[in-house]
Amino acid sequence: MSAQRAEPPLGTAAREPVLEVRGVTKRFGALVVLRGIDLALRQGEVLGLVGDNGAGKSTLVKILCGFHQQDDGEVFVGGERIRFHSVEDARAHGIETVYQDLALIPQLPVYLNLFLGHELTTMGPLRFLDKREMRKLSRRYLDDINVNVPSVEAEAEQLSGGQRQAVAVARAVRAAPKILLLDEPLAAMGARESRLIIDLVKDLASSGRVSIIVIDHNYAHLFELCDRINVLQGGRITIDRPVHETSLEQLTELMVSSYRSQLEEISSDDA
Amino acid sequence: MSLGRRLLRLFVYQRELTPIVITIGLFVYFVIRAGSTFTDSLSLSSAAGYAGPISAIAVGEVLLLVLAEIDLSAGQVFLFAAWVEYWLHNLGLPVALAILVSLAVCCGVGAINGLITVRLNVPSFVTTLATNFILFGLVLIYSNDAEASPIPLSASKGFSSDLMGAWLWSEILWVAAITIIGHALLTRTRFGVRIVATGGNLVGAAEAGVPIRRVKVWAFVLCSFLSGLVGIVDAVKYGSLDPGNFGVDYILYAIGACVIGGTALTGGRGTVIGAFIGAILIGVLEDGLTLIGVSTNDFYVWVGVVIIFAMALNVQFDRVIARSRGR
Repeated sequence: MSAQRAEPPLGTAAREPVLEVRGVTKRFGALVVLRGIDLALRQGEVLGLVGDNGAGKSTLVKILCGFHQQDDGEVFVGGERIRFHSVEDARAHGIETVYQDLALIPQLPVYLNLFLGHELTTMGPLRFLDKREMRKLSRRYLDDINVNVPSVEAEAEQLSGGQRQAVAVARAVRAAPKILLLDEPLAAMGARESRLIIDLVKDLASSGRVSIIVIDHNYAHLFELCDRINVLQGGRITIDRPVHETSLEQLTELMVSSYRSQLEEISSDDA
Repeated sequence: MSLGRRLLRLFVYQRELTPIVITIGLFVYFVIRAGSTFTDSLSLSSAAGYAGPISAIAVGEVLLLVLAEIDLSAGQVFLFAAWVEYWLHNLGLPVALAILVSLAVCCGVGAINGLITVRLNVPSFVTTLATNFILFGLVLIYSNDAEASPIPLSASKGFSSDLMGAWLWSEILWVAAITIIGHALLTRTRFGVRIVATGGNLVGAAEAGVPIRRVKVWAFVLCSFLSGLVGIVDAVKYGSLDPGNFGVDYILYAIGACVIGGTALTGGRGTVIGAFIGAILIGVLEDGLTLIGVSTNDFYVWVGVVIIFAMALNVQFDRVIARSRGR
């Protein structure tokens, strides 16, 4: 399977992007975080997004998932121009997100975490929870995507970090999204736990049904996971390379030189 | 697993068990000390009389505590509801309509509490502290500092007056019904899950698509509604209203009952049945100490001791859960 990922799917470049971002900007008060982002995610592709802390990666993800709204610029999903007003809005367009801050509810069991926001209910307007059905579907579903937890009735608080992240990814994928956004899914995770998540994401990608954007700091992980890598620096995408056309060394070199030109730009702005 | 570990597990996950055991222990103690005077219906109904208002307010309060919010005005809403009903009835509204309008007003107070909290980002402790004073002031202004009596229905005989509080046991039955409904709401409905989710991880719940603000506002509305409902029943039971009654007296007992019942004030965890039992425990304590001739002043000391004990125990229980992580 890893051999399969190393070779990008044929004709990737020619395919219509499922998600396209053009000139998106975002500021919080006086702080300009995004200065005109251009980005394209193609069908079935895994796109890695790297950049320093504060480069705006998480802000970009939070715009794409509807949590923040951009100040300027456009977002296209499947060729259609869309402005998201809420998380539900983005979700309705097939975009699911796994956040950096582990969005599970510690006090709720795994199966309710999986269904949170789309709970199954009975008895019409009384909205009683259909716990039995949710437990059953959760067990089957977690088995299908090879996620192991002690029990779907265990509270999220009782799981290990890797198990919790796996459940968070499983929750996002459960809705059968067209686009999956993973914001530092491997942060603060040991080697074995990272492996769990990497395998899970690779499995999902190889199904070809979902296109994925992954944010991470670890280049080795990204080179293993991604078809293409974009570098975010100073609120812009500065580098866009397919993984098979670049190497870790080359990418680092590109980043440094791009930094240098940015610094020059800033000092000439000051002058 | 040894019997000891199994017992610990049971008490850790069923937080209502500890106050149940303590309440039964107290009950047995007072039966031994006071004999049949404690178990006759007059004494039991007076224990229920203490527990009724506290538990009615506590049930709504638990929902807010699980949300990591608080409503300090619920005790004053409890008193205010009966005043509104009394005033409307004096203006010529039929009793049933006066009650319905009064309950609508209570829901309005809850909605204001909720909206100020979620829209203006005022901490609910402060919002509801303020509405508590406002409602107290309104009662003093519009009652001209005079007691109100009789309350509609309290002087009449018949089913509707019995239902609304005139019968000795009607208040505690209302409260028992509210407790059962409240328990089902918190543990078995979508609204309940969303309350736990919002209180357990606010950002996480919002990111999962839970409408956290709407959930909070509805919980405030529900808390005010339940307090007002039982407030009217309580007023019919006693037949008069004293404008000098201050709601904070009630709310502090209610929060005490929640804590005794196993609800943390940190959000995400809480039990409605526990709050009900906490209120019964306070009622049994007050009634029992009075009957064995202990000064009422001792009662306050005991309530304080029980609250501290319950909270300390809960914190220890939470640590047991945290230690079981990853197993």
